[in-house]
Amino acid sequence: MSIALKELLYKMADDQLILGHRNSEWTGMGPLLEEDIAFSSMAQDKVGQSLALYTLLNQLGESDPDTIAFTRNANQFHNCVLVELPNQEYDFSLIRHFLFDTAEALRFEMLTRSSYEPLAQLATKIRGELRYHTLHANTWIKQLGSATPESIGRLQKSLDYAIPYALGIFEASPHEDDLIKSGVFEGEQKLKEKWMAKVESIITQTSLHLPDWNLAQPLFGGRQGKHSEHLQPLLDEMSEVFKIDPTAEW
Amino acid sequence: MDEKILHILETVKDPEIPVLSLVDLGVITDVVVEGNNVLVKMTPTFVGCPAMNYMKSEVETALLQQGFETRVEISFEKPWSSDLISEKGKAALKKYGLAPPPSNKIFTDLEILETSNCPRCDGSNTEMKSPFGPTLCRALYYCHDCKEAFEQFKPL
Repeated sequence: MSIALKELLYKMADDQLILGHRNSEWTGMGPLLEEDIAFSSMAQDKVGQSLALYTLLNQLGESDPDTIAFTRNANQFHNCVLVELPNQEYDFSLIRHFLFDTAEALRFEMLTRSSYEPLAQLATKIRGELRYHTLHANTWIKQLGSATPESIGRLQKSLDYAIPYALGIFEASPHEDDLIKSGVFEGEQKLKEKWMAKVESIITQTSLHLPDWNLAQPLFGGRQGKHSEHLQPLLDEMSEVFKIDPTAEW
Repeated sequence: MDEKILHILETVKDPEIPVLSLVDLGVITDVVVEGNNVLVKMTPTFVGCPAMNYMKSEVETALLQQGFETRVEISFEKPWSSDLISEKGKAALKKYGLAPPPSNKIFTDLEILETSNCPRCDGSNTEMKSPFGPTLCRALYYCHDCKEAFEQFKPL
């Protein structure tokens, strides 16, 4: 059981850390001051949530959070590829934020019922914080997804590009059955179904169109450590200061 | 919880909101006293709150100065919610210029966060500008009555 639980915690923590880092790249670059602050705040939330998840792993016998976060190479990370993709323009960052955070909010909602008590407690806490993230995403998707031909066109193009990566969030774990049977997590398939319904309920309020789910091909690999060429440079930058003196007291 | 210890902890304030004690903020979830040894359990307002370690060491210092051996444990056993802010704490927030959080019972549908009374003029003709502000626990608002921007301590 402990292997399955650790795998689940690693992929969730890595998702939060990597997307937190990408969000932080909007600091000082946002299209509006409020958006600059929003992406910076969500970065702080996500990196903080990754620390809490790495702390749970530490309590299960893994290394300390800083070592886990800053000393692994790309092929040792289990985040989905969606979160490591470069920010590109604001339309892509917004679509990714919407697609990922919708899944993340539902995942933590499901985990409030986890049989692993420390995770259920943490999920109860994080679920509340994520409501602000999904509120932010939904507000902007609804507004820009129904605004001008340019905003609709840009979001549609980013949506079409992001969907296969977004489906990669739900890449099944080799321990899926263990997690479900032991009540730790209800599983990626169930999460994906809830996510598709939620995404549809927002997109249908806009001029955007979702692809036919049956034809969309998921891009898998991230959960097994197979990443795009974008992850290693991100990790190098993120750990640059830490690696100057790994034993420094902060 | 032990009155004497809580009294000492009243002197430890939120570093970002110096009018609010950690007790009134609701982040002290348990105090266990055995002779001279004190165990304080704390929980963060937001998981990513960068002030947590600072508040933890402030608690240790305050109790140590009164001669107690202190251990502080961070736990999510009793997760923080803005409803844990005391009435005294809410009044202090308002006086400081931050709109106190409405009950988190209304939190199920976030769309209704659009309203918050202005802490300066009590006007209700206000508009949420952004659910994210200068710290994780604050949102940005504008008051159309007194034409001033203000911040709200977010319900959670």
